[in-house]
Amino acid sequence: MSHVSPDNDDQAPGSKKGLSLPISRVRLIMKSSPDVSNINQEALFLTTKATEMFVQHLALSSFNNGQGKESRSLSYSDLANAAEEMETFQFLTDILPKKILARDYLKSLEQMQEEEEAVDL
Amino acid sequence: MAERPEDLNLPNAVITRIIKEALPDGVNVSKEARRAISQAASVFVLYATSCANNFAMKAKRKTLNAGDVLAAMEEMEFERFMEPLREALEVYKKGQKGKKEVSEQKRKDKEKKTDSENDKSREEDEEEERMEEEAEAENEVEEEEVEN
Repeated sequence: MSHVSPDNDDQAPGSKKGLSLPISRVRLIMKSSPDVSNINQEALFLTTKATEMFVQHLALSSFNNGQGKESRSLSYSDLANAAEEMETFQFLTDILPKKILARDYLKSLEQMQEEEEAVDL
Repeated sequence: MAERPEDLNLPNAVITRIIKEALPDGVNVSKEARRAISQAASVFVLYATSCANNFAMKAKRKTLNAGDVLAAMEEMEFERFMEPLREALEVYKKGQKGKKEVSEQKRKDKEKKTDSENDKSREEDEEEERMEEEAEAENEVEEEEVEN
């Protein structure tokens, strides 16, 4: 569609600390972890920075290993594949489950039932 | 502290910007993919925190420090982050030194930060709204013209 340029103006560049993500929010997430009592400023800074790097890394690796390189797109399934195939992203498999089509699911369900019936007989 | 589950999400506008900057120009990232990356980032924070906390507990410390976070990266097999993180930390430390009263004022800082947290989240909200407006504008070029 139209070439919208104002997009770039709005890049409210990160804070004075060279971070884009809000430290306050990252601290909130960290503190939601039950055993954590105190976090010093440096640890907070590093975790925030690491999270930014992680987002870049996850997006880029999923894109590079994904199906959308030619169509220039990044889709959910590229992410789910990355979580499954790349070792460093394995901790994400629970929140990035692979999707299957309903008809495939029903088919496999039918198969399972047939097998069960076969066993019963 | 986290009263609503959304409080554990990272701001979408910022996540979207980081993704865009990481990918080659013109790559389209689906809404679902963006949401998934954002959730993944929250899980990453929790995972890193729990790893770092294990190191602190082993050393019988109650406060997570930079070394714990770096050790966590190694354990999570994100060694590739360690060198850039160390460099960023050095820059950060230099910036902190310039502010003088670091250690003594830490407590006061904490109080101040809770105040400024509110400001920040307000800014985030505004930013998100702006993004939404833009997204709409892309779909409805006519409206955009009217606004301009």
